[in-house]
Amino acid sequence: MSRPALEVEHLNKFFGALKATDDLSLTVEVGELHAIIGPNGAGKSTLISQLSGQLRPTSGHIRFFGEDLSRRSMACRVQRGIVRSFQITSLCREFSTLTNVALAVQARIGHSFHFFRNAEDDPLFTAPAQDALERVGLGHRAHVAAGHLAHGEQRQLELAIALAAKPRLLLLDEPMAGMGLDESMKVVELLLSLKGHYTIVLVEHDMDAVFALADRISVLVYGHCIASGAPERIREDPAVQDAYLGEDEADARSA
Amino acid sequence: MIAVLLEQALNGLQLGVTLFLLASGLTLVLGIMRLVNLAHGSLYMVGAYIAFTIQSASGSFSLGLLAAAAATALIGAVLERLLFERLYQRGYLEQVIVSFGAVMFLDELVRVLWGPLPLKAPMPEVFDWSVELLPGLLYPTYRLAIIAVGMVVSILLYLLVTHTRIGMMVRAGASDRSMISALGVNIRDLYTAVFAGGAALAAIAGTMAGPIYSVQIGMGESVLVQSLIAIVIGGIGSIRGAAIAAVLVGVSDTIGRVFLPPGIAQITVYVFMAAVLVCRPRGLFPAHV
Amino acid sequence: MSKIPFLRIGPPAIPAFFWAVPLVVVLLAVPFICEALGQPFYLRVASRILIFALAASSLNLVLGFGGMVSLGHAAFVGIGSYVVAVLAWHLSNEVPVLTWPIVIEGTTNAALAWPAAIGASALAAFVVGAISLRTTGLYFIMITLAFAQMIYYYAVSLQQYGGDDGMKMRGRSVLPGLDLANRTTFYYLVLVALLLCIAFLFCLARSRFGLVIRGIRQNETRMRALGIEPYPYQLTCFTISGAMAGFAGVLMANLDTFVSPSDLSMARSDELVAMILLGGVGSLWGPPLGAAFYILAQLGLGNLTTHWPLAFGPALIIVVLFARRGLVGIFGERQR
Repeated sequence: MSRPALEVEHLNKFFGALKATDDLSLTVEVGELHAIIGPNGAGKSTLISQLSGQLRPTSGHIRFFGEDLSRRSMACRVQRGIVRSFQITSLCREFSTLTNVALAVQARIGHSFHFFRNAEDDPLFTAPAQDALERVGLGHRAHVAAGHLAHGEQRQLELAIALAAKPRLLLLDEPMAGMGLDESMKVVELLLSLKGHYTIVLVEHDMDAVFALADRISVLVYGHCIASGAPERIREDPAVQDAYLGEDEADARSA
Repeated sequence: MIAVLLEQALNGLQLGVTLFLLASGLTLVLGIMRLVNLAHGSLYMVGAYIAFTIQSASGSFSLGLLAAAAATALIGAVLERLLFERLYQRGYLEQVIVSFGAVMFLDELVRVLWGPLPLKAPMPEVFDWSVELLPGLLYPTYRLAIIAVGMVVSILLYLLVTHTRIGMMVRAGASDRSMISALGVNIRDLYTAVFAGGAALAAIAGTMAGPIYSVQIGMGESVLVQSLIAIVIGGIGSIRGAAIAAVLVGVSDTIGRVFLPPGIAQITVYVFMAAVLVCRPRGLFPAHV
Repeated sequence: MSKIPFLRIGPPAIPAFFWAVPLVVVLLAVPFICEALGQPFYLRVASRILIFALAASSLNLVLGFGGMVSLGHAAFVGIGSYVVAVLAWHLSNEVPVLTWPIVIEGTTNAALAWPAAIGASALAAFVVGAISLRTTGLYFIMITLAFAQMIYYYAVSLQQYGGDDGMKMRGRSVLPGLDLANRTTFYYLVLVALLLCIAFLFCLARSRFGLVIRGIRQNETRMRALGIEPYPYQLTCFTISGAMAGFAGVLMANLDTFVSPSDLSMARSDELVAMILLGGVGSLWGPPLGAAFYILAQLGLGNLTTHWPLAFGPALIIVVLFARRGLVGIFGERQR
């Protein structure tokens, strides 16, 4: 097998006495959709934050196509191609939907020390941005202020921004959080269409979605990776069932 | 040489104590209410003027001091309820301009009531003499008294903050504001109390400074900026940080003025602040996590 | 950077232009109106308003567009003024400014003195920004204020240049081809300078740089997640703003032919913030409108009573507390 896209080795993150990430190791292969699941407080978001560079790990290594990025800044990692979406929507609320995405294109193309030319209507940025919006199904909302979008639409916009950055590794932190059933279905479809084209790490609570989408799944409990493998193997793993799946599926059914 | 150094160190300590009296109230207002109050220096000035008037009328310095503290606390409480309370949910910009408007008003009010000329507050008779600390070094007892009063107030404040229920709430609020409401406290009253307390401390500082410097309009501005520097160095919201930084600022400023050429002397404190912030952008003792 | 709830930004919408055209016509006519009224003093007031409008607009670039609440902007204005005045002082006293490592003579030549002044302000802004921008929120506010005070006290300590009292210049700078001593010529120069700067800000706001700066104000985390490190952009913004403030200072020194430490005092910085807040934060025409309103109100009250601050302070408070959108809100500049 070729070199993995992402290798996480013995990662630790302590907040005081609390171990949010505990000797965590996992690998993500090129082109796979790798889901990360685990009960609340298992440290999934903390892991995403460390992968994207928002948080510094206490110790351990994060290698991206062989390059150790564990101490690099967020901006540097984005330039290498690691792009994240936020669990809690994070947008420039006064800018139009299109400008939000166009900024991602602008940031990818190079530095922004250009002071005179109008960039707001420059097709160099708006054309790829419009494409990304169409892809997530927001094409018709391009000129609405991002703050005025409905919650589900803002989640879609998050995805469009991530796509416009042309990621080599896409970190999706609960892209379906707070969405209605219809909207979630749309996102699942979108992710299916992205699958194979992008390397994706997906944190998600919706087990149906995870098992429908994932090539491989890693299970986190108390910041430690207790199992990693194909969906069928994870479903059968007694340790996983013990720790997590049983109760959650019961929850899912009763809901 | 040692005598000069000791004298200047004591002067610096006295300035530091004065700065701390301002900074302690201000750092809590900044840390808990997140309020940028540029009018704190005006409370220092108003306190000095009230004390001057009462002292002139009654002949008693301590009566002036008490009256100034009480009256200024009241003014602080009124200002808080009338103006600043409306600003906690607004941006820093509005806070800056509203307090700037208050400074304009208070400065002019003082000009109308007391006239534009600087006043010299009389030295309280008990302390109107000097003590020989070292052979050849006579040091005014009044300045020693300021240091002592400042120390006593600091210790009282420390006890208040660490050993009482209200102090516990204040500390909780300074490190995490949402804590206060979780404790089921009437936030409105707590805020007003903190503000009034800070105003009283500012008035005490202003009153004690009166006999040394002159009582005049704008006297609060330079001490306000110096105490803001102390707050930034100490870490916003931290009383301990404010205390240590106020003494550092007071001593380095005073000693700098004596031993460094003019022009450089004025900027020593700022260079000191810049150096601290380059190493520790949130001050020496950050209160916020 | 701190979150300021009501900040709105202007990529100026059409209504701004709607007001701009008649406004510019009126501004062009001001010298004739003053002449017709036989009140040359008014022309001086008008020039002063335009210069303050320029200074407030420069502050608006960091404060409104960039969301960096700087409380020490008067210092950069004042540095511009002082450099012009100091260079002129050295010329008239026939003392070189520097003899080592190179000899620098004083000058009143605008082609030399003005770029020097603007450069000095930009450099000061760069240094202050480089340190202050390492911090955010309340710390940033306090530090910009403190550095401005440092520069203020430094100016006070310059005994050679009048110390606390400031110094009088013998005349305005010399600009080949223009007679700056003529008040009408000078007024038009100031007007052109202001309009050019506003046009520059207009372009800047929608340029790649402007989008990044405005994006950082709205959501710094988002910009980082896009791979944009805020610091170099903020520092550049701060420096440009300082240069523009220095230019305002150059014009101010020339208008008054006088500089003093009060030009760079804390109160002056607060006044600039007040003008922006009155006019409308982050909008293009807000700060000029605010400057006009502020100066005219001060002048009007000052004519009524010597104790005008007793009314002006509370009036300022009331306007800030109740008119949330500033004057541009009233004049109908809307955002897209």
